[in-house]
Amino acid sequence: MSRQFNMRSLILSTGTTIILPLLLLFSLFLLLRGHDEPGGGFIGGLVAAAAIALKLFADDYPSAKSLLRVHPLQIVGVGLAIAALSSLPSLFVGDNFFTAQWWSLDIPIFGTLKLSTPLFFDIGVFLGVIGTVLTAIFTLVEVEH
Amino acid sequence: MTTLMAILIGCLYAASIYMMLRRSMVKLLIGLILLSNAANLLIFTVAGLERGVPPLIAQGAETITGPTADPLAQALILTAIVIAFGVLAFAVVLLHRAYEVIKTDDMNEMKGTD
Amino acid sequence: MLYVVLSLFVLACLAPLLHRYTGRHSGSLLALVPATLFSFFAAQLALVSQGEVLSQRWLWFPGMDIHLSFLLDGLSLLFALLITGIGTFILLYANRYLEGHPALGRFFLFLLTFMGAMLGLVLADNLITLFVFWELTTVSSFMLIGFNHENAESRQKAHQGLMVTVIGGLALMTGFIMLGFAAGSYELSDILQQDLTGHALYLPMLVLILLGAFTKSAQTPFHFWLPNAMAAPTPVSAYLHSATMVKAGIYLLARLQPTLGDSAAWMLTLSAIGAITMLTGIFLASRATGIKKVLAYSTVMALGTLTMLLGLGTEKAALAAVTFLLAHALYKGALFMIAGILDHEAGIKDFQHASGLRHKMPKTCAVAVIAALSLAGVIPLFGFVAKELLLEAVLSGSHWQIALIIATVLANIFVVLVAALLAIKPWFGEEIATPKKAHDPGIAMLSGPMVLASLSLVLGLFPFIADKWLLQAAASAVYGNQITDYLALWHGVNLPLLLSLTSLCFGLLLYSQWPRWRQFTSGVDRLSAFGPEALYTKMMAGLVIFAGWQTKVLQNGYLRNYLLTTIATMLLLVGWAMLRLEHFNITFDLHDVKIQEATVFLILLVTILSAVLVKSFLAAVALLGALGFAVALIYVFFSAIDVGITQVLVETITVLLLVLVLYRLPEFRKLSSNMNRARDAVIAISSGILITLLVLLVTNARDMEGISSFFIANSVPEGYGRNIVNVILVDFRALDTLGEIFVLALVAIGIYAMVHLRTGSKPVTNADKRLASELKRMNTTQGDKK
Repeated sequence: MSRQFNMRSLILSTGTTIILPLLLLFSLFLLLRGHDEPGGGFIGGLVAAAAIALKLFADDYPSAKSLLRVHPLQIVGVGLAIAALSSLPSLFVGDNFFTAQWWSLDIPIFGTLKLSTPLFFDIGVFLGVIGTVLTAIFTLVEVEH
Repeated sequence: MTTLMAILIGCLYAASIYMMLRRSMVKLLIGLILLSNAANLLIFTVAGLERGVPPLIAQGAETITGPTADPLAQALILTAIVIAFGVLAFAVVLLHRAYEVIKTDDMNEMKGTD
Repeated sequence: MLYVVLSLFVLACLAPLLHRYTGRHSGSLLALVPATLFSFFAAQLALVSQGEVLSQRWLWFPGMDIHLSFLLDGLSLLFALLITGIGTFILLYANRYLEGHPALGRFFLFLLTFMGAMLGLVLADNLITLFVFWELTTVSSFMLIGFNHENAESRQKAHQGLMVTVIGGLALMTGFIMLGFAAGSYELSDILQQDLTGHALYLPMLVLILLGAFTKSAQTPFHFWLPNAMAAPTPVSAYLHSATMVKAGIYLLARLQPTLGDSAAWMLTLSAIGAITMLTGIFLASRATGIKKVLAYSTVMALGTLTMLLGLGTEKAALAAVTFLLAHALYKGALFMIAGILDHEAGIKDFQHASGLRHKMPKTCAVAVIAALSLAGVIPLFGFVAKELLLEAVLSGSHWQIALIIATVLANIFVVLVAALLAIKPWFGEEIATPKKAHDPGIAMLSGPMVLASLSLVLGLFPFIADKWLLQAAASAVYGNQITDYLALWHGVNLPLLLSLTSLCFGLLLYSQWPRWRQFTSGVDRLSAFGPEALYTKMMAGLVIFAGWQTKVLQNGYLRNYLLTTIATMLLLVGWAMLRLEHFNITFDLHDVKIQEATVFLILLVTILSAVLVKSFLAAVALLGALGFAVALIYVFFSAIDVGITQVLVETITVLLLVLVLYRLPEFRKLSSNMNRARDAVIAISSGILITLLVLLVTNARDMEGISSFFIANSVPEGYGRNIVNVILVDFRALDTLGEIFVLALVAIGIYAMVHLRTGSKPVTNADKRLASELKRMNTTQGDKK
């Protein structure tokens, strides 16, 4: 079956080239601001996955795949590992398992950087969502090819 | 508004149950989608409907003093949406594979096919 | 004491490894541990014999009053010493008996697990802890009985033992919970201070606990599993049936006697069941010919005797029970091991093929005679002391004196017959050929029976040793008060002695007529078709038939039938509950509906209806997409911004996914009959109405404060985040979210595996590839031949 999943539309293709980095950046923005404003790992991850899916539709499967560089399953694994590991630091300081830990680092010029285990956890969620969604989409596309 | 929502949820449940009782696997899938929406709305409605007071704390404030929508129910539904998506994705691929192998979506014919 | 119990479990896990590296000495090395534990417990004798009770407690589930708490008093100590002492010899013995067996490491694993579980059982101070160990003994004994798992019969017997004891265990657990509830504590040390015979739950709890104890201790009518458990290797039989497994039920009865024992129900049930078991056991023993079978049935008899003694409830009976228990463990352990030696060194399993072995196996013969004399209760062995006490206790009992004394004497006559069989039949008389070249075994195998038999002799000659150090304290624990009675070898010429002598004479007489006796009673064999074992077999067969029937009816392989059953059940139950409501408080209130909300509502109704009715998949997908976005609007209307965004995104991707598979999917067909459609529609619509009513009811009936206020209050101070939903997701309830992304990961792996790892489509491993090319080659050559 040689059905292609792109519409070979120049406008869409060109538009995607411009919009894709913005979407990815936006997904990161959603991820990082999620603790205070609407957003977070789930939403960010879905936006990023949708962005890459857009690339898939606008161009073709190989280019969408090369955008990722790794197989989406690996992203799931990394996300899961980050999320799971973020539960551990609390044990070292003697708190209960999964108690959130907060650190603030003073970086010259940029000011104070606030790091926390919930942030890492959210990044794990973000990657897990991207990976899962893209695994599903890529797998189905591969089958069609 | 709760009354309206209750009727809506009832309709969603009725539609989803009817679809899930069909022999076609595609219809089962549609039933599943309807069911997850119905369940989410059910949780949402039962937790209480509030207009225009999202559970966001204003900058600099410690907490929300006035009425606010239930954040726990929202967190639950958010997770449920994503999980439902996962289940759906799995079911779609399963359906796809099943159709590829046995060339039918009639679950009566699938029975006994390993 | 926790460490004592744990050490055995740890050792059990290491045993297979140890066995691999140390080979034939592993059993001797492993035996060091129970030996050490034995000396640990022996060192406690001095304290415990003074009436001290040692206890230790580790909190386990403090909120539920469940602790790893242990208690060491006379009764526990008696059992602990038997378990570790006999266990040491059993390990030494098994090491030789099963030498070269490929699964010896596994055997040690099971045996040590069992030992640990048994020790935990007798030391536990908490009912739940006790129950956990109780079940562990069941499971590990199942492994031990079915050790020869390649043998179908062995598997079946192990299964039988498991089923009977597990059913009892279930009853026991319920009984324990009632007991804990009635006493207000699960700690035995608290419970034993109370007398619960007057409690409202007393009878049900008694029935359940007795059921547990009786199945475990093979009381009639559950006695059949014990002889069948002889399918186990002999060391296991020796261990399980002399001192441990089957005595667990006795231990439990003895342990709970102070709390539950002071009632007519307890006394009469225990005496009656005990006496019946005693007679059944010894009668069957006199009919059996297999050495292990005879021993097993005589164990049933001993268990019955113990139960009967506990049912008497007097001070003397308590002392008699612990004395008899010790005596029995000593001689029965020895005799079982001798039965194993006969099998192992001479190939003899049956009394009918054994005769005149005294010259070839002189040491074994001597040990066997001593142990058997103790069994018969001949002066000056410890069995005699126990038997005297038994008769005295029955004579001085408070109820059914005549019946019990007749039963006891009758049982004793047959015991003498069994003892004579063991002491005379294989050893004396004409020498006949044996399947193996008979000889005495090495010290490792003989040491156990030797030590146990000599203990029978020593304790018989000097009964005050056992009395002062151990049995007084044990009997006091059973009786609930300090006892004043004492053991003595010689009580003078009195009624018990006369009865004892009478039974001895009659027993020997019966021995001389043994073949004729067996022939005389052969009619009983026909009765076994109606016995409890036949009933058990019938019940199991019935269970299988029932399971088959219900699988066919309920699990018929049609998903929609399952759904139908589930939904119809829900409909009936919830509907019924709703009809019984007193305040059916529902308000239809539409005045606060805004125009945009009403619009979305209408759109949704239309999409739902058309999604059900459309005839094309593409249209359905489009409708579902519309539905999802409309639902997202509802979320946004009612302050759920995060949820709304998520819904929109998920809906987009869902539509995308569906479109990807769209071309491959079949068009809609009409598969069900109109009849079925109508039925499903009725069910679906009534469920919908039910849910609508439910929502209206629930939203009107919210009278409890939710837990959300905690999250709202603590989001900024503790979670440092202003988006409360997100703080809940990644901080307060992060573990749930972690679980969720695990599910997502599983989905991803599942999808990948479904598509990429197809069985049969292409060879996956190198071995597969080789196989495939081999097959191909064979096919082509065959084709050539044609």
